[in-house]
Amino acid sequence: MKTLLEVQNLKKHFKTPKGMLHAVDGVSFKINERQTLGVVGESGCGKSTLGRTIVHLTPRTSGKIIFDGQDISKVDGGALKKLRPQMQMIFQDPYASLNPRMSVFQTISEPLIINQRVDNKQELIKKVTRLMETVGLSHKLANAYPHELDGGRRQRIGVARALALNPRFIVCDEPVSALDVSIQAQILNLMQDLQEELGLTYLFITHDLSVVKHISDHILVMYMGKMVEYTSAKNVFKNRYHPYTKALLAAVPIPKVGGKKERVILKGEITSPVNPKPGCRFASRCAYATDICLIEEPKFEVVQADHFVACHHVKTINAL
Amino acid sequence: MREKLLEIKNLSVIYSTEGKIVEAVNHISLDLYKGEAIGLIGETGAGKTTTALSVLNLIPNPPGKIISGEILFEGENILEMDHKNLRKMRGNKISMIFQDPMTALNPVMTVGDQIAEVVRLHDKASRKDAFIKAQQMLETVGIPGNRMHDYPHQFSGGMKQRVVIAISLACNPALLIADEPTTALDVTIQEQVLELMETLQKDFNTSLLLITHDLGVVAEVCKRVAIMYAGEIVEQGTLEQVYNHTAHPYTVGLFNSIPNFHEDVRRLKPIVGQMPDPAALPKGCHFAARCPDVMDKCLEKSPPIINLNDEHTVKCYKYVGQEGAE
Repeated sequence: MKTLLEVQNLKKHFKTPKGMLHAVDGVSFKINERQTLGVVGESGCGKSTLGRTIVHLTPRTSGKIIFDGQDISKVDGGALKKLRPQMQMIFQDPYASLNPRMSVFQTISEPLIINQRVDNKQELIKKVTRLMETVGLSHKLANAYPHELDGGRRQRIGVARALALNPRFIVCDEPVSALDVSIQAQILNLMQDLQEELGLTYLFITHDLSVVKHISDHILVMYMGKMVEYTSAKNVFKNRYHPYTKALLAAVPIPKVGGKKERVILKGEITSPVNPKPGCRFASRCAYATDICLIEEPKFEVVQADHFVACHHVKTINAL
Repeated sequence: MREKLLEIKNLSVIYSTEGKIVEAVNHISLDLYKGEAIGLIGETGAGKTTTALSVLNLIPNPPGKIISGEILFEGENILEMDHKNLRKMRGNKISMIFQDPMTALNPVMTVGDQIAEVVRLHDKASRKDAFIKAQQMLETVGIPGNRMHDYPHQFSGGMKQRVVIAISLACNPALLIADEPTTALDVTIQEQVLELMETLQKDFNTSLLLITHDLGVVAEVCKRVAIMYAGEIVEQGTLEQVYNHTAHPYTVGLFNSIPNFHEDVRRLKPIVGQMPDPAALPKGCHFAARCPDVMDKCLEKSPPIINLNDEHTVKCYKYVGQEGAE
C-alpha cells in the first residue's frame, strides 16, 4: 500500500510566560492511503495541535511533513493554497466551527468559489446540492442558517464543507464528541461510507476509545506530546503494553451488567507540558516507575511486528 | 424492606417561550429507595435535567412551570413547600452536582470558604468548626486539606469536580443528584471521580440519582435504570432487566448506536432521524417516527406503560398483553 502522509519527528512548541510548552514533542508516523490513523489521549496531550500542525493551521517548530512523497514542511503562500484543497479538516464543535451568518449553501459553496472550481452559478448550485446529498442533508435546508439546525445536521455541513474540494486527506478533530450517541453513530457510518467511496485517508483525533477502535486501522496513543504506543486497532484490544494505554483502556466504562472487572485507578493527573522534566513523562503517575524512568527518556521502539512502545520496562511488565 | 425516599408521581413540566409551549417532561413517575443508586439515561433534550431541577423545585418560573404531579421526599410534597423550608432542604437533605465544575464554583471564593458556607448555613456551625469540617471534607475527596485556601482556578478539572462533590456531601444529604458529573472529564479522571462517588455513596448511605447519557457509567454505578426519551420515561427496571432484557425499541437503538469496545462491528446501526421538536410533539408515541417496529396505533395514541416483570416497565404497544411475561 502507498504511504500518503508521513510525519518525521514533528515538534510544536509554544512560548508561554512560564516557559516553553511542548505540545507536540517528536511525533513520527505514516498513514497509508485509504486508511485511518486514530490518535487518542486525554485533554492536553497534544493531539489537536498535532492535527492542526499537519494541515498547516499552525506552523511547526521542527520536523518533517511528507505528503504524497513531497516534503510540505516548508510550503507557504501560493504553494500552500494549492495544497490546502488536498488536506481538509473537520472540527469538533459544529456549533462553533460554522459561521452563524452564513447559510448552509454559502458555507458549502465558499471553498468552491475561493478555489475557482466552478464557472457559473448553475454549476455551483449543482455541486453544492450534490455535496448535501452525499452527506445526507435535505436540499430544502440549503437556505437554513446553523442556528436552525441540530448538532448532527451541523456536523454534516462540516463534513460537506471539508469534502467540497475533493480532498485526499482529512484531519477529523473529535468530529462526534459533541453529538448524542444515536447521532454519533449516523456520522460515524457516514464517514466510513465516504472513505470507501471516495478513497479518503483520515487522521481521526478523539478521546473516546470505543469510537477510535471502531473507525481506525491503526491507533496512536499520546501522552503529554509524546508517542506512547502505536499498533493496529485490532491488536490494541488484545495486546497493549504501555502502562498508560492499559490504564486508559481499563478506564472505559463498559455498557454491560458486570462489564467491569476491577478498577485500575491511575493516580494523579496529567501534568503541565511546560518545560517538561527529563525522563519519561508518565513516570509520576506510573506504578512501575523506577530511577531510570526519571532520568532517561524511553525510546519509541518496536516490540512486535507493527507494534511500537515507549517504555523502559515494557519487557519486564509484559513478560515479553 | 426497602424504604422509599423519593417518589416522583405523574410529573409534567412545560416551558413557554415566544408563544410556543415546550413540553419538557410529560407525566413521568419514578421511585428512589434509601441508599440506592438509580441512573436516568437520555440524550440531549430528553428532559433529564428538567426532572432533576424539579426535584429541588428549581425550575425557573417563568418560563418554566410544573403543571401537574407531585414529588414526595420523605413523604412531604416538595412542590408545595414554602421558600423557607425549601432553602433548608436544598444543599442539606438534597444536594446536586452539576455537569460543569468550572461554572459551579464561585471563582472569587476559596474552596474552603465554599465548603464551609454550606456547613455554617445548614448545621449552624461556628466559623472554626465549619473550617475544620471543610478541611475534613477536602481530605475525604482526596485533596490535601492545606489546599482549602486556594481558589478554584488553581485546581484542575477533576479536582474542581471533587470540590463540588465535597460541597454537596458536606451536610450528609439523604439524596444526591448528579447531573452528568463526569461528562466534562477525561476517562482516567472520570474513573477516579466515579470510584469516589461510589465509595462515598456507600459510606454515607446516600441515595443517588445519576443523570447521564453514558450507558457505561450507569452500568458501573447504578442498580436501577430509567431511560428517558422526549420527556417520557420509556423503560425502567433493574440494571440487569434493562441491559440484558432490553424491551423498548429506543433502548435497543441506543445500545446498537454505541461502538462496542469488545466486539468487532464493522457498521453501527444508528437510530434513524432526530428527536421530535419538544414544542410540537406527536400525539401518539414520541418515538414512533424513528421506530423500526412502528404500528398504526402508535401514531394515534400514547402507548400504555406495561409491567413486564416485577419492576421492569416499558411504555410501548409491542408489549400489550405481555404483562408479567419475563
